[in-house]
Amino acid sequence: MTTLHPPAAAEPRPAPPPARRDRRSWKGWGFIGPFVAVFALVFLAPIAYSIYLSLFRDQLIGGNTFVGLDNYQQALKDDLFWASLGRVALFLVVQVPIMLGIALLVALALDSGRLYGKSFFRITIFLPYAVPAVVATLMWGFMYGTKYGLVGDFNSAFGWSLPDPLSADLVLASIGNIVTWEFVGYNMLIFYSALRVVPHSLYEAAEIDGAGQWRVITAIKLPAIRGALMIATIFSIIGSFQLFNEPSILRPLARNAITTDYTPNFYTYSLSFSGQQHNYSATVAIIMGLITMVVAYLVQLRGMRKGA
Amino acid sequence: MRRRTGRLLSGIALVTSVALGATACGGSDDDSGTKAVSAADVEAALDKGGSITVWSWEPTLKTVAADFHKKYPKVKVNLVSERSGDKHYTALSNAISAGKGVPDVAQLEYFSMGQYALTKGLTDLSGFGAGKLAAKYTPGPWNAVTEGDKVYGLPMDSGPMALFYNKKVFDKYKITVPTTWDEYLDAARKLHKADPKAYIANDTGDAGFTTSLLWQAGSRPYKVDGTKVKIDFQDAGAKKFTDVWQKLIDEKLLAPVTSWTDDWYKGLGDGSIATLSTGAWMPANFESGVPNASGQWRAAALPAWAEGDKASAENGGSALTVPALAKNKELAYAFVEYANSGAGVASRVSEGAFPATKAELKSTEFLNKKFSYFDGQKANEIFAASAANVADDWSYLPFQAYANSIFNDTVGKAYISGTRLPDGLKAWQDASVKYGKEQGFTVEQ
Repeated sequence: MTTLHPPAAAEPRPAPPPARRDRRSWKGWGFIGPFVAVFALVFLAPIAYSIYLSLFRDQLIGGNTFVGLDNYQQALKDDLFWASLGRVALFLVVQVPIMLGIALLVALALDSGRLYGKSFFRITIFLPYAVPAVVATLMWGFMYGTKYGLVGDFNSAFGWSLPDPLSADLVLASIGNIVTWEFVGYNMLIFYSALRVVPHSLYEAAEIDGAGQWRVITAIKLPAIRGALMIATIFSIIGSFQLFNEPSILRPLARNAITTDYTPNFYTYSLSFSGQQHNYSATVAIIMGLITMVVAYLVQLRGMRKGA
Repeated sequence: MRRRTGRLLSGIALVTSVALGATACGGSDDDSGTKAVSAADVEAALDKGGSITVWSWEPTLKTVAADFHKKYPKVKVNLVSERSGDKHYTALSNAISAGKGVPDVAQLEYFSMGQYALTKGLTDLSGFGAGKLAAKYTPGPWNAVTEGDKVYGLPMDSGPMALFYNKKVFDKYKITVPTTWDEYLDAARKLHKADPKAYIANDTGDAGFTTSLLWQAGSRPYKVDGTKVKIDFQDAGAKKFTDVWQKLIDEKLLAPVTSWTDDWYKGLGDGSIATLSTGAWMPANFESGVPNASGQWRAAALPAWAEGDKASAENGGSALTVPALAKNKELAYAFVEYANSGAGVASRVSEGAFPATKAELKSTEFLNKKFSYFDGQKANEIFAASAANVADDWSYLPFQAYANSIFNDTVGKAYISGTRLPDGLKAWQDASVKYGKEQGFTVEQ
């Protein structure tokens, strides 16, 4: 009996491992389940739903029909969409370098240690970022007013005739000005915090080698914050492509200059909310998301190659 | 909807069949609207009681709702008045799509009725006896709420157009009140020359205003026949309008101020905007929005496009409708009838509404009402004459709300760049045609 025991006991032995493995895998799900559920719900589901929507067309006459990739074909040939993309691309090329340049300059000045009242400046320059974009735009919209706004006051007080910042030719620049004002502080803070972690020994070594301030900036500080520059650039690219608040809030003041398809996001908004073209709107949003991803990725690739 | 003609039926049957499966408009509930409901049924419902929800921003309905409840104590009226304009339509469309939370009564401006009627969002009220009320209303508003022998709502108010002018400014510069648009142009030149800060009017491109003036000028850009739509801004009437208006724009005789903004109210108050061509519902807005100019303004007939031509047009105005998904249609109809045909009309007129009913428009009490804001002028006489002369055959697009939303993208260009007004209108036409086709309409240009 006793000799028989071991095999008898051994026989069921092979069984437990799979059972245990099963139990183990369920435990794992228990840990990642909450994350996966939330991730699926708030990230994957909306994207999947948008893609699903983009394959249909719901018409006032004819109802909802499956149209395959027709919406994509239409979007790729849509002049209004490409014009709006061109507008934000121009905005990106001009506004982002200006904004990041100013932010970098301010961060370097704060970091130089030669500034009196450093924390005061840091807070003041950061402050516009704390103002909600809607409020900031309304404020600037008022200042831009040529009739009862600040520009108008200047004109009547000094007899100037300043051009209307909300005219068709200038309104994109005026929006750029608002965005720059809002985000210089934010980007400055990213750069400044990156500069703070540069080891002090590097500066000492540079000083011993007889390097001047300029040399320290180009040889130590800028290479050290390349990562931060990269991040800020990518955020700014995404931000530019998603431009929406400023034009939509300024529109009542400049209805003819800012069209309902002024930026890609504004266009999708108008398609969806005044045109009830939810399907086409989803399509434009998906294409715009892809374009943004590609551009951001290319910029990142280029940035990393430089670093290597 | 039994009486719908075959042509329409075939066009729209498709909508319903697909809509059932998807989102659109709950055509399934549709049959309940087609039953002939006798007055006795409505009475029975009133006796039984219940509650109805009314979505309307018309301020005079507050008193009406209270009076209605007093008369029928078992019926509770829940008046939701926070939303107006675009927000109202978005909420209504969403509720209809979702099939939930649809009000029993909804206010619709005349230009938007076509859209909701076409997508079967509204109950045909002819079965409730609304068809018999035709003779009560002036032709313009009645035309706007009906389609063939279907009645999609009862007119609440109307906006026959008139010219409001600042008499103080006119007297100061010895300008006579223009009776034609050519004289209006001369007045504009004279005024702006005398005072470079003063303008005859403000205009930054307003779809409702432009379509109203086209209407008056005899242009009929929209022809709607069920799902067949024709859009054409190249007729003679449109040319009359663009000829005059282009000169006003070119010579910078229009204040670059958008209506309903703070600047606009200031301009109306300080004499820098000297006239306003709009609907007869304006006086109440003058009183509340421009109180400091009380006594300075007067009303006059809208200038004509030719000497002696009396044609007028409507601007604004709305009806009360019963959505197809309304839960309590008998009570809803009883309320609509009470407010816009029964005792509610008198109460609303006394609070400053401009009626769409002939009896009120003809009553001596109404015509003799002296407007203290207009320094005692009997302005209703002018408005009533305008109402009687509204040119007929006008129709809006079944997707006018969307078309209006892109007006400034297209016609607006004429106000800020070298684009000519006729070209702007053509661009608007093209964009509207494109949208119409995308929505499945048969569109002709």
